[in-house]
Amino acid sequence: MTMKLRRRIFIACCLLPGLAIFGLFKVYPTVQVFGKSLFLWTGIDDAPKFVGLQNFIDLFHDDVFLLSLRNTGFLMLAVPAVTLTVALINAAILTRAQLKERAFYRTVFFFPSILSFVVIAILWSFIYHPTIGFLNSGLERIGLGQWAMSWLGDQRTVMGALAVTMIWQAAGYYMVMYMAGIDGISPDLYEAANIDGATGFRQFVHITVPMLWEIIRITIVFSINGVLAISFIIVSVMTAGGPDRHSEVVMTYLYGQAFANSNFGYAMAIGVFVFIVSLLLALLSNRLTERRDA
Amino acid sequence: MSEMVYRDKKGGGKASALLGRTVLRIILIAQTLAVVYPLVWNVLASFKTNEEVMESPWTLPSSLNWKNYADAFTTAKIGDYMLNSVLVVALSLLFLIVTSVPTAYVLGRMRFKGRKFLSNLYMAGLFIGGVYVIVPLFMVMNHLHMLDSRFWLSAVYAANSLPFSVYLLTGFMKSIPADFEEAAMIDGCGYFVTMLRIMMPMTRPAILTLIIFGFFDFWNEYVLALTLITTDAKKTIPIGLSNLMQIQQFATDWGALFAGLVIVLIPTVVIYALLQKKLTEGMMLGGVKG
Repeated sequence: MTMKLRRRIFIACCLLPGLAIFGLFKVYPTVQVFGKSLFLWTGIDDAPKFVGLQNFIDLFHDDVFLLSLRNTGFLMLAVPAVTLTVALINAAILTRAQLKERAFYRTVFFFPSILSFVVIAILWSFIYHPTIGFLNSGLERIGLGQWAMSWLGDQRTVMGALAVTMIWQAAGYYMVMYMAGIDGISPDLYEAANIDGATGFRQFVHITVPMLWEIIRITIVFSINGVLAISFIIVSVMTAGGPDRHSEVVMTYLYGQAFANSNFGYAMAIGVFVFIVSLLLALLSNRLTERRDA
Repeated sequence: MSEMVYRDKKGGGKASALLGRTVLRIILIAQTLAVVYPLVWNVLASFKTNEEVMESPWTLPSSLNWKNYADAFTTAKIGDYMLNSVLVVALSLLFLIVTSVPTAYVLGRMRFKGRKFLSNLYMAGLFIGGVYVIVPLFMVMNHLHMLDSRFWLSAVYAANSLPFSVYLLTGFMKSIPADFEEAAMIDGCGYFVTMLRIMMPMTRPAILTLIIFGFFDFWNEYVLALTLITTDAKKTIPIGLSNLMQIQQFATDWGALFAGLVIVLIPTVVIYALLQKKLTEGMMLGGVKG
């Protein structure tokens, strides 16, 4: 056996196992989702019928889909905005104020991001629970009993309640990322600002945020994508889309169309639509946050 | 410290600095409570009788009611779900290492036709999430009779983590100087021996990072496990818990559910306590991961 042949065999042996599972479980389904989104396919044993873009046209006449799109849009805006702001402020406090307990807060705040989403969802279902949860009974204790309500059962509060859960889960994760970024900023900058008498707040606005900007940009994209994936678990465990579908998000709607209604083609059209929208959002947020001076 | 002290001297406001720091502490402690209290509440509730749970969320359990934990293992079968999870996590990690290390080695250190294309293909995989493709994935696996199998579920998990793992390991492999390999080759080691004996030990930090992330990802995964496994006896812990919640909600019998949540939290807490530093370092090593 020549050296060249042995080298080829080695390369093939190394690549094949990975390519086999990646191709079968990732590439092929992705190709399928685009192709089959053009078909009417309403049963696992039925032959798909080509309908062109009809599935996509139907989407915009589907009230539940539009509602789920609005809810997802709300989460994609509110959750990253609050999560990243909280994370950034906490990171700045922990790195700049030089508290002795820094390591303690860091450990505690990071903790929710390693918990199972299902555990978090169940836990928060009970926090919001109208009878045994401690949110309502806490409000009663401090004399705000009239504010107590069925947080997940009321269509006015359900999305906000879900958003709080998602922020609770993710803020610590991004905080740790920002902390590492701030630790990498040259201390001279802060020292110079101190000599000039700049307050902590001004230093945050004029040094910390601009120096971290590239990291912030990446985390915006990651956070938006994270919301899309996590919203499925949070919604299906906490509300199952209720009350009366007012907390339905696109991912739960997609899942229900496929596995409860056997509308496979339609579900795949939802998948394609969401995929394209999230790609556009990532590009858009990249463009919007681009620094003009750079 | 030095910067702050400097400013304090200049402004002459030691008291105001102390005040500022106290305000910051109050903000941080309030957040600490918001993170910790739900978990403490859960642990307390897991020792309460059902009546105590219904009565008030602020009281301590009157006695340590271990019956909830016994129920969690017997009637709610948490132990079985947990075994399934352990099996699936172990298998997935095995699949992941066996596929990602050789792929990254070849892509990172050898030149051949198609290398660029394959690297880009794996890169593109980073952007394709789980739920989009769940319908065709289900169809393919149904067609090939791979559904309801912990073995194939693990293979899917590995496939999902492959793009990130290849990306992380390739970068790591590229940074290792070629001298080691050349020396091994001159000593007559074949390609496989060189990879296993020389390169694998040198990439250990990156592999360890993958294992840690993999553990949390696979242990917590929900959507795929929900869809691809149908027999109750094969279900993993996240599915078991969410089923339990549906059941308990109607039975208004919470004890076993709270105990189940605590049981699931324990391995995560232990691993977090042991590997906290590695985990946050690993986040930096891999850049960012959503």
